[in-house]
Amino acid sequence: MDRRKSLKSIVLGGVAGGLAIHGCKPQSEQKLDEAVKIKEYDYGRTPEEKEYDEELLTEQFFNTHEMETIAVLCDLILPSDETYKGALDAEVPDFIEFMAKDHPPFQTDLRGGLMWIDHKSNTDYGAEFKTATKDQQKAILDEIAYPDIEVQEVKRPLEVNFFSLMRNLTMTGFYTSKIGIEELGYKGNMPNVWDGVPEAVLAQHGVSYDTKWVEKCVDQSKRGILAQWDEQGNLLT
Amino acid sequence: MQIIETPKTYDVIIVGSGAGGGMATKILADAGLKVAVVEAGPHFDPANPDQQTQLKWPYESPRRGANTVRHFGDFDTAYGGWEIEGEPYTNEDGSDFKWFRSRMLGGRTNHWGRISLRFGPKDFKRKDQDGLGDNWPIGYDDVKPYYDKVDKLIGVFGTNEGLPNDPDGFFLPPPKPRLHELFYIKGAKGANVPVIPSRMSMLTKKINNERGVCFYCGQCSRSCSVYADFSSGSCLIFPAQKNGGQVDLYVNCMVRQVTTNEEGKATGVSYINKEDRKEYQLKGKVVVLAASACSSARILLNSKSRQHPNGLGNSSDVVGRYLHDSTGSSRAAFVPDLMNREVSYNEDGVGGMHVYSPWWLDNKKLDFPRGYHIEVWGGMGMPSYGFGFNPNDFNRFFGLTVGGYGNGLRKDVKKYYGSVLGFGGRGESIPQKSNYCEIDNSKVDEFGIPVLKFHYKWTDNEIKQVKHMHDTFEEIIHHMGGEALGDKPTEAQNHGIAPPGWIIHEVGTTRMGDDKKTSVVNKYQQLHDVDNVFIVDAGPFVSQADKNPTWTILALSWRTSDYIIEQLKQQNI
Repeated sequence: MDRRKSLKSIVLGGVAGGLAIHGCKPQSEQKLDEAVKIKEYDYGRTPEEKEYDEELLTEQFFNTHEMETIAVLCDLILPSDETYKGALDAEVPDFIEFMAKDHPPFQTDLRGGLMWIDHKSNTDYGAEFKTATKDQQKAILDEIAYPDIEVQEVKRPLEVNFFSLMRNLTMTGFYTSKIGIEELGYKGNMPNVWDGVPEAVLAQHGVSYDTKWVEKCVDQSKRGILAQWDEQGNLLT
Repeated sequence: MQIIETPKTYDVIIVGSGAGGGMATKILADAGLKVAVVEAGPHFDPANPDQQTQLKWPYESPRRGANTVRHFGDFDTAYGGWEIEGEPYTNEDGSDFKWFRSRMLGGRTNHWGRISLRFGPKDFKRKDQDGLGDNWPIGYDDVKPYYDKVDKLIGVFGTNEGLPNDPDGFFLPPPKPRLHELFYIKGAKGANVPVIPSRMSMLTKKINNERGVCFYCGQCSRSCSVYADFSSGSCLIFPAQKNGGQVDLYVNCMVRQVTTNEEGKATGVSYINKEDRKEYQLKGKVVVLAASACSSARILLNSKSRQHPNGLGNSSDVVGRYLHDSTGSSRAAFVPDLMNREVSYNEDGVGGMHVYSPWWLDNKKLDFPRGYHIEVWGGMGMPSYGFGFNPNDFNRFFGLTVGGYGNGLRKDVKKYYGSVLGFGGRGESIPQKSNYCEIDNSKVDEFGIPVLKFHYKWTDNEIKQVKHMHDTFEEIIHHMGGEALGDKPTEAQNHGIAPPGWIIHEVGTTRMGDDKKTSVVNKYQQLHDVDNVFIVDAGPFVSQADKNPTWTILALSWRTSDYIIEQLKQQNI
């Protein structure tokens, strides 16, 4: 069983809590998995940067219980349903694990926040957060998920700031993933020819193009024709 | 350790491969000269798939493009940044100069904003107008023919507007404004701030058969794999090589000093090869420094000899002085009319703004000298690390609840996607003799080279100018129906002026002048003290206008290269 599936099954309640992430497979297979994972990232690194990424990717910061709690939180923040894929489908817990190593100031806030949420859950319900019922989990979140915006961020309670950080990392982890970008509907990052805002969009937002301005703009039907000017700098082609 | 000498003697050794070094390479190699280019970083070609970041998705990076490794994020093509391991610099108490270095072939031209503005006639003669600083020994008419040639060789889009201090040129046609830019135009109009199409070096139209045409991915900061934007490697150095030029690239080679002979003339350079960490010597008839204003000053100051006890070219004691950067400050706004956007189309556009505001006011009516231009950003960009943070913060503007969890957050993200617009003001500072870099003899880099120490303080002139920027931003925001984000910087915060160096327009350290007592190079960027050493980065700038320096670096480097060819022909150097 791979990690993602095991994290998902925690949330779905299909596997008993406390399952070790790597518990289902022999050591050698795990290593193979890690090597494959490192190879996935091919994005123009310098040799030094590549080495640094690999170092971070082979380390593990959060323990099994912490990873499972993160998964439960991610799933509460962006659950999957009939319409949407959720944070766990986008492997957001793995992204959070990476960011904790890549940006060490997160470490204490996240780890301490996870301890806080278990303490709170144990106090109120006699159960760790991840094994509390969904209603109990939501009751805890309802107390920490709505910051008082009149209060400066640095002065807000630690549990509120912890949840804001979890929410931020979950949202960004999801919307920078393939499925998150698809859901958002972003149409760029591919070769195209820009020829202005569609009419319907201009109308929707109550603005329009100035004709004189547009006349100066590129005629995209001539983009492939070699530029030539007269001596005054007037484009002839 | 023995210094290893290379037997070959070059006609010209060029130190640095950014805008200035690239242009010198192209012009000198095309003229048939034997050229060595010495670059402190590795070879870089944006078309090399191992180095390419263009068209990568955020999820191709484990940190989704966050800036924990590269300052401007994982996909930005600057190898280096404000701090480089093993290459420190220091600041005097009370000084906070930030020094950005990019160690790679092409230097900072690989990731820069491509804002390509000519200086205007007034910009070369500012002392005549306000009595501050100094005039350049040359004027717009001296540089104009070279600006014209740079426009045609490299390509820049824009429009001829007939403005007095923002000269016309040989422009490619600009792209149409994006939706948020139409809102900027509307807001600026209300605030009586003019807006014109921006002037940027991307090919919106074919300029030659070697380079591709822009395909509007909006990622020029990643350097273009089809060479549709200007980078020094792709547009100058590679073409010089393909043209049959005798160009030897020495990459990963960090120049320590310019070597000189008994007569005090330059004989070449010594450098440290980063791969074997040994020191080498290269011989050349002419040395052209293009290492960046501060790096070139450092090389000169570290080139002490019996003939040049105060450092090379430094009999004036002016090397390192008059260091200045653009002023800068920024603000962002939420625009409710930009909510609920239709995501049915691709609006990436070129990498950067399609419109901007050149300086428009008369200083006689203002409490500060010189001006600034306004840059603008926004739109439905590709998500990267940070996207979705505080997903419904703008609810506060409608009295709605902020925060929460669950699938309702998805609606918030989509509702506000593309509704933020930002401004950057970039202005002209007054060069000060008391703002300078010098050698810090107490500290060495990992190559054994003494490092730079900075002394830099903004004056009231710059701070008042930035205050004016913020007043203008708020007026524009008001007129486009927006809500300014964050608080307006206060007087105690110096009105939000960016630390010096932050705008990455370092200029002025080896300034140009007719008087060898008060300047380092003459009007051909030739050292007053040593006639076979030239400087073609922004060190020779007497003042820097509110214009980004690259286009002027390119024009002046071409002009100097023509002068070198002529002087070599006449056997004067």
